[in-house]
Amino acid sequence: MSVTTYPRTWRRPPTMIRDARLRYALYAGILVYLVLAVGSVEVNWARVWEGLDRGWRFVLGFLQPDFTSRWRDISQGLVESLTMTMTATVAGVIISVPIGIGAARNLAPRPVYYLCRGIIALSRSLQEIIIAILLVAMFGFGPFAGFLTLTFATIGFLSKLLAEDIEDIDEAQAEAIRATGASWWQLVNYAVQPQVMPRLIGLVLYRFDINFRESAVIGIVGAGGIGATLNTAIDRYEYDSAGAVLLIIIAIVMAAEYSSSHIRKWVQ
Amino acid sequence: MLTVDALTKTYKTGDKALRAVGFTVPKGQVVGLIGPSGAGKSTLIRCINRLVEPTEGRVLLNDLDVTALPAAGLRRARRRIGMIFQEYALVERLTVMENVLSGRLGYVGFWRSFLRRFPETDIENAFRLLDRVGLMSHADKRADALSGGQRQRVGIARALAQDPELLLIDEPTASLDPKTSRQIMRLIVEICAERGLPAIINIHDVLLAQQFTQRIIGLRAGEVVFDGDPAALDENVLTRIYGEEDWTAMRRAAEEDDAAERDAAERMAGMV
Repeated sequence: MSVTTYPRTWRRPPTMIRDARLRYALYAGILVYLVLAVGSVEVNWARVWEGLDRGWRFVLGFLQPDFTSRWRDISQGLVESLTMTMTATVAGVIISVPIGIGAARNLAPRPVYYLCRGIIALSRSLQEIIIAILLVAMFGFGPFAGFLTLTFATIGFLSKLLAEDIEDIDEAQAEAIRATGASWWQLVNYAVQPQVMPRLIGLVLYRFDINFRESAVIGIVGAGGIGATLNTAIDRYEYDSAGAVLLIIIAIVMAAEYSSSHIRKWVQ
Repeated sequence: MLTVDALTKTYKTGDKALRAVGFTVPKGQVVGLIGPSGAGKSTLIRCINRLVEPTEGRVLLNDLDVTALPAAGLRRARRRIGMIFQEYALVERLTVMENVLSGRLGYVGFWRSFLRRFPETDIENAFRLLDRVGLMSHADKRADALSGGQRQRVGIARALAQDPELLLIDEPTASLDPKTSRQIMRLIVEICAERGLPAIINIHDVLLAQQFTQRIIGLRAGEVVFDGDPAALDENVLTRIYGEEDWTAMRRAAEEDDAAERDAAERMAGMV
């Protein structure tokens, strides 16, 4: 009777690139590229040294934030930013839900699908700041341009993620509803909506806090809100007021973060 | 009555799932559809309500040619065909009642269903069905809070809420334990008898099929290789459907299962 001997060593076979020589050549290539790329970055050390001082004053401003002397500007900017964020998120959701449904391959007919994917690609390819500059030029300084910018950006973000979520639903549930003779709208309402709702709510909350942070950034290019206040403070070298603004932004984003995780748990 | 005539399905990949399948199911008959995995059982029952579009052939439901219907007509035809699924296919986040009422979607308009304002007769009937399947007290629970057997009962109630003229049942017991499987099969057969409903049941478990159905159709590689009385299903026929295997061993094992189950049931009864 013969006894079969089995190997006592085993190594995971390479899955992506089979040829060992090609693999090592690729590693070497990446390394060379990285070294050259880092080497090509020009750093003016004298300027960095000068800037350190200014940076330090900024940090000091942080450590001694001044909420009071510019409080009127800060509170006004804050209210503007929150209004902008709220309205833009709501408007963005209202527009992106139908676009998201249209961009789901398993629900929409081909032409609608391509149209909606096109809208999403357009919205996602243009960065908030670029849109903000364009809209400020069109509608003048102020929060209205900011509202439009954030709405536009929200559409790309929410529609895309919603569409992907709809494409990932459990098809069996949709099939069962379809088998009852339900119409397309009923299918969306009974089979799709219950499955994607918790995630949609989570995404909306997430987008709310992205929009708030973005409102600070686009304010710098003239779209109103807390960003405008921050920009003014930095321009006037009032780093203590700027620090106060940044601390407020951090506090609000953290509050949004905690409340959204609670709400998400609750809607599960 | 259901007539399937020369039904053929060729998938885009070129796979022939069904080859000229034909049979007639009269009122009140429960048919077990057996065959190995990939024989086309699922495709066949989905071709009947056109969840899968057949390539050739006809499906007649009481003289209505289902295969020739345009979209709106197809929806009207689908509401007359109840379907029960393998993994229950309940909408998990909806309540039991909503799942049962979703069987009425083909009959009510969008806004009524959106606002969950179903006609009173529909609601009354939904409660009656829940009572029939023994889930009266679970109406307001979410579907994902139920056990497997309970979920399948909701699936049955949903199909019956359609007031169907035909039941299509896809592997109703594949995710259930042997005892619950028998209870579910018994419930299905009883309900079909009560209402004179014809039913086609896709089923893996040959013994369960023999025990509960009045007629068996054996499918192999998309063709009907057996159509007849469950009692006529002997080793030769099983080999024709599934290929070579020791069928007596399977039968012995199942008898032991049954004996153990009976024994357990008697002991339970003794304890009470």
